Amino acid sequence: MNNKDIDFLPREQLRALQLERLQDTVRRSYEKVECFRRRMDEKGLKPSDVKDLKDLARLPFSYKQDLRDYYPYGLFAVPLDEVVRVHASSGTTGKRIVVGYTQNDLEMWADTTARMLTSLGVTEKDVVQVSFGYGLFTGGFGLHAGAEKVGATVIPMSSGNTPLQIQTMIDFGATVLCCTPSYAMYMAEEVGKMGVKDQLSLKVGIFGAEPWSENMRHKIEEGLGIKAYDIYGLSEVLGPGVSCECQAQAGMHVREDYFIAEIIDPETQEVLPEGSEGELVFTSLAKEAFPVIRYRTRDICRLIPEMCPCGRTHLRMAKPQGRTDDMMIIRGVNVFPSQIEEVLLRVCGDKITPNYQIVLDRVNHNDTFDINVEMSPSFFTDDIKSIECLERNIVESLRSALGIGAKVHLVNPNSIVRSEGKAKRVLDLRKDKI
Amino acid sequence: MLIKQLSVFLENKQGKLRAALQVLADKGVNISALSLADTSDFGILRLIVDDPEKAKEVLTETGVVVLISHVLAIAMDDVPGGMAEILHQLADAELNIEYMYACVGRQSGKALTIMRLDDTKRAEELLSKGKHGQVNPSDIYRL
Repeated sequence: MNNKDIDFLPREQLRALQLERLQDTVRRSYEKVECFRRRMDEKGLKPSDVKDLKDLARLPFSYKQDLRDYYPYGLFAVPLDEVVRVHASSGTTGKRIVVGYTQNDLEMWADTTARMLTSLGVTEKDVVQVSFGYGLFTGGFGLHAGAEKVGATVIPMSSGNTPLQIQTMIDFGATVLCCTPSYAMYMAEEVGKMGVKDQLSLKVGIFGAEPWSENMRHKIEEGLGIKAYDIYGLSEVLGPGVSCECQAQAGMHVREDYFIAEIIDPETQEVLPEGSEGELVFTSLAKEAFPVIRYRTRDICRLIPEMCPCGRTHLRMAKPQGRTDDMMIIRGVNVFPSQIEEVLLRVCGDKITPNYQIVLDRVNHNDTFDINVEMSPSFFTDDIKSIECLERNIVESLRSALGIGAKVHLVNPNSIVRSEGKAKRVLDLRKDKI
Repeated sequence: MLIKQLSVFLENKQGKLRAALQVLADKGVNISALSLADTSDFGILRLIVDDPEKAKEVLTETGVVVLISHVLAIAMDDVPGGMAEILHQLADAELNIEYMYACVGRQSGKALTIMRLDDTKRAEELLSKGKHGQVNPSDIYRL
């Protein structure tokens, strides 16, 4: 089947394909993944019980915690010989989460991002600048493979060094830009300051990995002279390409031949009626190395039941509206307060965690990340050098645990505002600015 | 002689120093000497006061972190070379000064200095043998 046609497959046929692939995924997972088999057994279910797509709702959920418990390879459904790539991202505490891909998985992944690019009018004539980070983060490689598959010319720029990013865009004639929306916003401003907008050849921007608003979209579109599209993905499920907007800019099409999206009530865990808002749950249908079944994303979201004007039959998801846990997205990186707590406990060498507050803001369209830590008699000394050393240790340990830099400020005891005796851990001032 | 010094943790923000000193003023604590060491984020206010224990108590009540430690007070001849002579002695004994600050003395012909060294106790022993370091406690705590 032509990969373009599958986006327009009548829903009947799409559902038949989903069922066939779901049965296969459940069978493989049951045979190879101990964690899934145990949960199925606990429910008294066998793979053969999946007779209809409706039966998906009977299957057990999977969680981010599983990736920690089975770190690093315990959830893989193939021997490591068949795994050709791993990616990783920060987990809730200390340990990272690791995901793996077989050769077929990489090809499937490339297919998702290629179809997405195609749906946005990108062809072999385009020059795609990938300014998502390359490395353990899935962003860079995910877009890269799809752009190559489309036959476009790829500039594997990675993130950072804005003047060079802009110069490259101009010199290499980039027509497509992929990065985080806040970075796009920053680049748009720099382009404005440098007065080089008319030297750009950009027409399409693909932005994701963090929340952004319609207001930001308009500013980016205006500043770079492009159409800006939203992309969604998470490494546990695949990486970028799980879903993406089409030219209608009205919701992100889930690649339903590869994934089934459900919306559940996070409390009752029941599947909610079509169109309701709730927690987004994904099941992979074709992944070999790391299949996921009913993976709880913790993203709060809505599926759009109406057909899209573009004609693609695959369901769209609206932009996630929040989280069911306390995860923060800072400069595109997922951060949990528990990670910060762990570092403070370790570095301050105290039996109790010092009081702290995370302050997030957006300055010049970039996330600022500050952590106020209350000074305590147990680690105060008369020696400036040793206090500065403590501060530096916190900064460095945070960087190594989170992968991003934070500014640490030591503040007076009891200066962090408490409500009902409990300090508010996260002060997010970005909400009105994105 | 060794004397008690208060170290107070202060955020490097407007009004923090004033607040701490106001508490001491309100409670009738008199300051003999002070120094303020600062970084971009925080500072350490070091104080010699007439009643260190009381000062610690009233400052702690306001929620700041306070530490009492011992530093060396030296009275030297108030003549050119007075300080240099002390430093010679310390250097010869391979003692290293971590910080020092001056305070105004009332004893005529003497200048007062507060010092912390890598080995403050040994410095005190060394200097107490010579003609320096003979400080009258009342000169320090109540100038």
